[in-house]
Amino acid sequence: MSEHAHSSGARVYVLTLVALLILTGITVGASYINFGSASANIIIAIVIATVKVSLVALFFMHLRHDNPLNAIIFISSLIFLGIFLAFPLIDIQSRDKIIPNGLRVREQVAAPKQAAPAPAAPAHH
Amino acid sequence: MSSESYGHAAEHAFRQHHFVNSEQQFDTSKLGMWLFLATEILMFGGLFVGFGLMQANYPEAWVAGHHHLDRIMGSINTVFLLCSSFTMVMAVHASSTNQKSKTVLNLLATLAFAGGFMVIKYFEYSHKFHEGILPGRYFSYAGGGPPEQAMFFGFYFAMTGIHGVHVLIGMILIAWLTIRAQRGEFSSAYYTPVDLIGLYWHLVDLIWIYLFPLLYLVS
Repeated sequence: MSEHAHSSGARVYVLTLVALLILTGITVGASYINFGSASANIIIAIVIATVKVSLVALFFMHLRHDNPLNAIIFISSLIFLGIFLAFPLIDIQSRDKIIPNGLRVREQVAAPKQAAPAPAAPAHH
Repeated sequence: MSSESYGHAAEHAFRQHHFVNSEQQFDTSKLGMWLFLATEILMFGGLFVGFGLMQANYPEAWVAGHHHLDRIMGSINTVFLLCSSFTMVMAVHASSTNQKSKTVLNLLATLAFAGGFMVIKYFEYSHKFHEGILPGRYFSYAGGGPPEQAMFFGFYFAMTGIHGVHVLIGMILIAWLTIRAQRGEFSSAYYTPVDLIGLYWHLVDLIWIYLFPLLYLVS
């Protein structure tokens, strides 16, 4: 590696660190501001965290100039994590519409020994 | 293993016979490391999914639980880990360009930042234990609040605990790298251990980048 490439590599790392520290400041600052709802604040925090993670993965972990196979492994693990997160969240968010009282149905059904109505079926797993 | 000579002789010294050349050997090791990191992401992923679901279910308990966490300490720890990632990548860079003393110095700096992270974590944990904030059935906090905040702390201790174990393992590995680097075992012909442990260290940093806002900054 030439001396020039070497010094520019170090410069990229310094710039990445500076960007990461600034983004940390922004995310801490944003946590003191109310963006309308709790989920709005969480979404903003997660978006900033994702930008930071991308910077680390691209520059510190060298994915930008690396064999694309490594990036494919990384991104596919994130996609599967997304599927893992999405379906239970959809379940929780929509359950109230199907079963009133959502997750708490299990405790209520378990107490009285009645002929279980249809929604109680999952409790017997 | 001779560390003084680089180039062709060194290439033969480090290359195992089933690889075509040392570049292929390096790429193969790296691919294996990335596969390991994918399993790490999925392992922490289970905790993140559980955390997210319970947050959706008991938002008020999550807000109450987060008020026990110190934003300043969390921010300092974030800065420590980001700086340690930076010194780690500088160590990888130095080892791949035959700069022995720079490699050692950057590895030592990484160790120092990681140690700072663990010291702050220790103060946070002991403060919580003192208040009766412990995981699972040992939760005995008497200061009130929604009962489900015990669950928030169950996640808090599981996630930061497993993450902390990763930091400790990383510190042991980096100490080992430092000794090897001091002996002059790494060069542009062979720096695979520095590169792979660097990847591991950055992943530990990545997980903290998500843990920090989710645990400390919910409100």
